[in-house]
Amino acid sequence: MTPEELKRLVSQGEAERPEPKHRICVCVAAACLSSNSDQVKQALENELAARGIAPECEVKGVGCMGLCSAGPLVAVEPDGVTYQHVTSTDAAEIVEHLGQQPIERLTCPTETPFFTKQYKIVLENSGIIDPEKIEDYIARDGYTALARVLEDMSPQEVIDEITRSGLRGRGGAGYPTGLKWSTVAKAGGTRKFVICNADEGDPGAFMDRSVLESDPHRVLEGMAIAAYAVGASQGYLYVRAEYPLAVKRLRTAIRQAERLGLLGNNICGTTFSFHVDIRLGAGAFVCGEETALIASIEGKRGQPRPRPPYPAEYGLWGYPTLINNVETFANVAPIIRNGGDWYASIGTEKSKGTKVFALAGAVKNTGLIEVPMGITLREIIFDIGGGIPGGRKFKAVQTGGPSGGCIPEQYMDMPVDYESLAVVGSIMGSGGMIVMDETSCMVDVAKFFMDFCMTESCGKCVPCRVGTAQMYGILQRITSGEATMSELALLEELCDMVKYTSLCGLGQTAPNPVLSTLQYFRDEYIAHIVEKRCPAGVCQMPVREGH
Amino acid sequence: MHFTKPSPPSDDKRWRIVEATMRRHGYDPHALIETLHSVQQTFGYLETESLRYVARALRVPLSKVYGAATFYHFFTLKPQGEHTCVVCMGTACYIKGAPNIVSAISKEYQVQPGETTADGKLSLLTARCIGACGLAPAVVFDGEVAGKVTPEEALERTRRWTSNDA
Repeated sequence: MTPEELKRLVSQGEAERPEPKHRICVCVAAACLSSNSDQVKQALENELAARGIAPECEVKGVGCMGLCSAGPLVAVEPDGVTYQHVTSTDAAEIVEHLGQQPIERLTCPTETPFFTKQYKIVLENSGIIDPEKIEDYIARDGYTALARVLEDMSPQEVIDEITRSGLRGRGGAGYPTGLKWSTVAKAGGTRKFVICNADEGDPGAFMDRSVLESDPHRVLEGMAIAAYAVGASQGYLYVRAEYPLAVKRLRTAIRQAERLGLLGNNICGTTFSFHVDIRLGAGAFVCGEETALIASIEGKRGQPRPRPPYPAEYGLWGYPTLINNVETFANVAPIIRNGGDWYASIGTEKSKGTKVFALAGAVKNTGLIEVPMGITLREIIFDIGGGIPGGRKFKAVQTGGPSGGCIPEQYMDMPVDYESLAVVGSIMGSGGMIVMDETSCMVDVAKFFMDFCMTESCGKCVPCRVGTAQMYGILQRITSGEATMSELALLEELCDMVKYTSLCGLGQTAPNPVLSTLQYFRDEYIAHIVEKRCPAGVCQMPVREGH
Repeated sequence: MHFTKPSPPSDDKRWRIVEATMRRHGYDPHALIETLHSVQQTFGYLETESLRYVARALRVPLSKVYGAATFYHFFTLKPQGEHTCVVCMGTACYIKGAPNIVSAISKEYQVQPGETTADGKLSLLTARCIGACGLAPAVVFDGEVAGKVTPEEALERTRRWTSNDA
């Protein structure tokens, strides 16, 4: 099947229905849904029906538009107006103003840096297409990359293109994607698997959820191209059970793609077959680690095993397995469509392309953003994020979740790429970015992450199981004003031990939040221990005599 | 060796849903987690009898079934209350005051996170992160996500459930 035939396939149905004069797009991703955007959508539909203008105007549910803090968001096309904080009582007014002056009180300014400074590749369809309609995806060049790959590229050519793009694993570690693919492709045997890691467990990260909810076909297309390149015919999507909407939309997407022959047997009429099944995660952070994830798909407790052998050689049920993150797969189709050189022209020398971040915490504009690699933290937080609300002062930004660190003010002008973040003691991570102001206590934040790692430690190796519990105990004593300076020394010793002796990434990175806060905010630790005082006023300290 | 399929613990028709899940996977031991999801979705929690049945049906040792059921946080071995209140404790929610919501509800109803009130009306739970960070702090009331919740608003919602006996 050629890309042209693909378009013809879906345009048959479209031709019968003329393009509507106005299209009202309502965000139906999880954040806006929780602000009742489904009621807004219903109210708008009722309004159009009541006025009898339903055929010429259309209400459409679309994926995430990014600015979650202003939800529910409604965009009117072709007027080019975006409304924020819309309620169902605004429906009549919105319909009245179609094609006229926009309603001032609801208008969301889109000329702000939040919108203009972004560069969208992964999110190019988010907020534009209906995630439950494959026709919408195909109309925006969806599945043309897959069709082209099957038509005129050899698996090696596909891998070369991905290698040329410089794409690196978006799960956090940044392993070169092309290299991973070629290792799996070279592995022997006829049975191989492709796994998409959608077990987004980092607290404070929701990029993968948004991509799956807003543009599920993009991930399926990426997986299918990967399967062709490495020679797999079965894929698994490992999704958190805590994301029911994403799971539902993925199921719909898989069914639709199978119906059009874009997944399943003999895809696009070729000899290539690829089936995708969903496996639900069950709430274990450690399952983000690839060997633990494989154990979980096999129906076991999600415990990691030592590597090597890597899954590329010995993975699911002992067969060569390719594991990539949601965002990595989401980058594949645009790279094939536009070429690896195009992708490599974006970003920095060693980190190519864009990165999606979930911006949250003490920042005015919270939501989902996609920026070119190499942008500075200051641009992200103060331009796109709009700075700190309430006139408070910026203190630190946390990246990489429980495996990352807190970056202070002095590094705000550092470019965001894999290497620079590692130099200052944090990591790129999967894309959670939590901004903290002066009301956050950094020792308390370190305690929060250590509590998380302690609870999520799978218990297999001693350094992580016992070490995280001991570190948590010390942090708890520090935050309740009971610790001594010798315990601080012990804490640092434990950090070192856990970091270098744990079996998997969870334990190896668990000390990072403590290490980075100790490096940049040591004075806060000292204040808790020596002065029995919490500078941010978060921790409950014992009341002293004379106070 | 011939294998006879065990019959469900009770003649509750809902077991057919669980049986369908296992059949779809060919009663493969690998389908353990998928099956446990199916049991929990159908019955709300994993009863000991259910675990025994799943173990027999999939030919997995009961110890392994229990091991998986207790390893994953999503599975619960206790029945939930009539209403559930899940407070998100992800990073963004945490720094925006989620612990205050937990302690307010905890104090009002004398329950710790993970527990259910004595009258079975309300379960207080915490989540690692529900991915609604843009709306922090977020609370899920009976499956419905609410954003930017204050401790007072949370109590208002739970009191609506617990005050009237209707």
